[in-house]
Amino acid sequence: MASHVLPFEKPVVELLNRVRELRAQAGEEREIVPELERLEDKARHLARELFSNLTAWQKVQLSRHPSRPYTLDYIERIFTEFQELHGDRAFADDESIIGGFAKFRGKSVMVIGHQKGRGAKENVRRNFGMPHPEGYRKAKRLFELADRFSLPILTFIDTAGAYPGIGAEERGQSEAIGSCLYTMSASHVPIIATIIGEGGSGGALALGVANRVHVLEYGTYSVITPEGCASILYRDGAMAETAAASLRMTARELLNLGVVDFIIGEPPGGAHQDFDAAAKSVESALADGLGALAHLGPTELREHRYRRFRSLGAVIGD
Amino acid sequence: MEWSGSKAPDIDVSEKKSIGKGVFRKCDGCDETMVAEELEKNFEVCPRCGKHHKLRAARWRELLLDEGELDEWDRDLVPGDPLDFKDDKPYPARVAAAQRSSGAQEAFESGAAKIGGMPVAYGSFIFAFMGGSMGSVVGEKITRLFERGTQMQLPVVLLQSSGGARMQEGILSLMQMAKGVAALERHRAARLPFVSVLLHPTTGGVAASFALLGDVNIAEPQALIGFAGARVIETTIRQTLPEGFQRSEFLMAHGMIDRISSRLEMRREISSMLGHMSRGRRSRG
Repeated sequence: MASHVLPFEKPVVELLNRVRELRAQAGEEREIVPELERLEDKARHLARELFSNLTAWQKVQLSRHPSRPYTLDYIERIFTEFQELHGDRAFADDESIIGGFAKFRGKSVMVIGHQKGRGAKENVRRNFGMPHPEGYRKAKRLFELADRFSLPILTFIDTAGAYPGIGAEERGQSEAIGSCLYTMSASHVPIIATIIGEGGSGGALALGVANRVHVLEYGTYSVITPEGCASILYRDGAMAETAAASLRMTARELLNLGVVDFIIGEPPGGAHQDFDAAAKSVESALADGLGALAHLGPTELREHRYRRFRSLGAVIGD
Repeated sequence: MEWSGSKAPDIDVSEKKSIGKGVFRKCDGCDETMVAEELEKNFEVCPRCGKHHKLRAARWRELLLDEGELDEWDRDLVPGDPLDFKDDKPYPARVAAAQRSSGAQEAFESGAAKIGGMPVAYGSFIFAFMGGSMGSVVGEKITRLFERGTQMQLPVVLLQSSGGARMQEGILSLMQMAKGVAALERHRAARLPFVSVLLHPTTGGVAASFALLGDVNIAEPQALIGFAGARVIETTIRQTLPEGFQRSEFLMAHGMIDRISSRLEMRREISSMLGHMSRGRRSRG
C-alpha cells in the first residue's frame, strides 16, 4: 500500500507486504489459511517490536509520512452523508482546510480538518495542507454554524503550520488564527480534536480548542518544527533530531503534559499500512469521547473547555 | 513564530548607542545627535523626526497611567521547567539570567491602574525579559488579567510586545494562546472593552492569539506586527520582502488595525476611547 518507504520502516514494510502477497496467492486454498494467520500474527508482533523503540525524530517522520491517511480518508470511512461546505464568504475557498456537515453513527455533526494533497498536483491545490487566513475564516464560519444548530464539532489536525507568505500577512493570518481560538472558546457544543499527523503550532491550535484532544500514536504536536527549533537554538538545522526530543512533541509526552487526553493506537507499521483499521480506531475514540461529554449541557461544555485549557502550564507560586 | 533565545534582549537605545558617558545620543531614525536627556524626557520619541525608539515597561507606566501608579498583581509567579529543556544552557539558568539582566521576574506585568481617572485592568509585556516571549507565567498572568477585569467590571488595556511563544516551554507555551483568548472571550461576553496596544515588535503566537482581537487595536508608528518571521517567509517564498512589510502602516492599509498613534498621544486617545465604550455599554439584563 505504501509506496514511499522510510529507511527505518523498511523491514516492517517488507514483512507486511510479504504477508499481503501470501494472502493474495492463497485465495481459495482453505488449507493454508491457519498457517497464513499464524504468519500474520507473527508479522504484526514483529512490526510492533520494531516500532516500539522509535526515536522522537522517527515519529516526526511518520507523522509527515506522504502515505499517511489524511482527513478525507478518515471522513470517507467514518462518516456518511458528508456535505462539504466551501468558502469564507469574503475572499476565497482555501482547500487546505475542508469542512462540512456529516453523519457520525447516524447523528449530524460538523467535520472540519486540514487537508494535505496526495501527489504534486493535489498538493499545489491544497497548499501542502498549510492554510491561508481564508481557510481559518472558513473554519470559523463553520464553528459558528455548528453552534447555531447544536452540531457537535469534530476536527482533524494535520498541518506543518499556517502558511507563511506575503498574501497571508496582508489578509491577516494572525487575526484569522486568533479568531478561530476565540470562536472555539465561545462554542456551546461538544468539540473533539483528533491529531492525525502533524500538529504544527498556531496553525494546528486554530482547530484544537476542544473539550477533548485525541492523538494518533505517531501524531505530533509542537510549538515549532524541530528543524525551526534547531536552526534558532543550535544554529544548525541538522540538530533537528535533538530538537525533536527536547520539544516533547510525541503522543506519550503530550499525554504526560496534559495537552492531549487520549492516544489512539495505530495498526502495525503505522496508520498508512491499514487505513481501514486506523479509521476504525479513530471512530471508536470519537464515539467514546462524545459519550464522555454527553452529560454536559451547552454552558457546561463551554465551561469544561475553559477549565481544560485554564489548567495547562507550569507555574510556580500563586 | 517563536522568540529565539539566542539574541541579546533588545535594550533601550540609551544603553546601546551611548556616545561619551550617555550624555549624547544618536537617533535611529534621522541620525541626528542630541542630548540624551532630551530623548529620554520625550519618552524615547525623537523630537526631530518622530522616530519611536523602544521604551521600557516602567516608563510606559509613567507615560500612560495616572501618577504612573500600578497596583501590581501576581508579581511572584515564576516558571517551572516542564520539558527539562536545555540548549546551550538549561532553561532555569536562562530564566535566572533574564531575571538578573531585566530586573523583572518574568516577561509580563499587570495590575489595577487608572487612565484619565478611569479604573482599568492594565497589562504590559516586558520585552527585555527573553524578548517578551509567552510561556506559562505570561499566559497565566494574561488569563488572570482578563478574569480580574471581568470580575471587577474593568476594561483591559494590554500593551503587546513579544517575539511570540517561548520555545523552551514547548507545547505548553502554545496552549497559553488558547488560554488567554478564552479569558478574553469571557471578558467580551461581559461587554467590557479591550484596548490592544501594539508595540514593536508583536509577532508569532502573541499576534496570532489576543493581540489583534481588541475592540480597538492601536499601534505605534512603524511597529513590526505579524504572524511569521521575515526570514521564514523569505525562505518559503524565495523572494525579498517589500519595504515596510508587516509594519503598522502595512497593517493599517490592509484593515487590521484601527489607528496608528504617536506614543505621546496614547494616553489621551485611550482614555477618550474608553470613555466612548463605557457610555455605549448596554446592560444585557
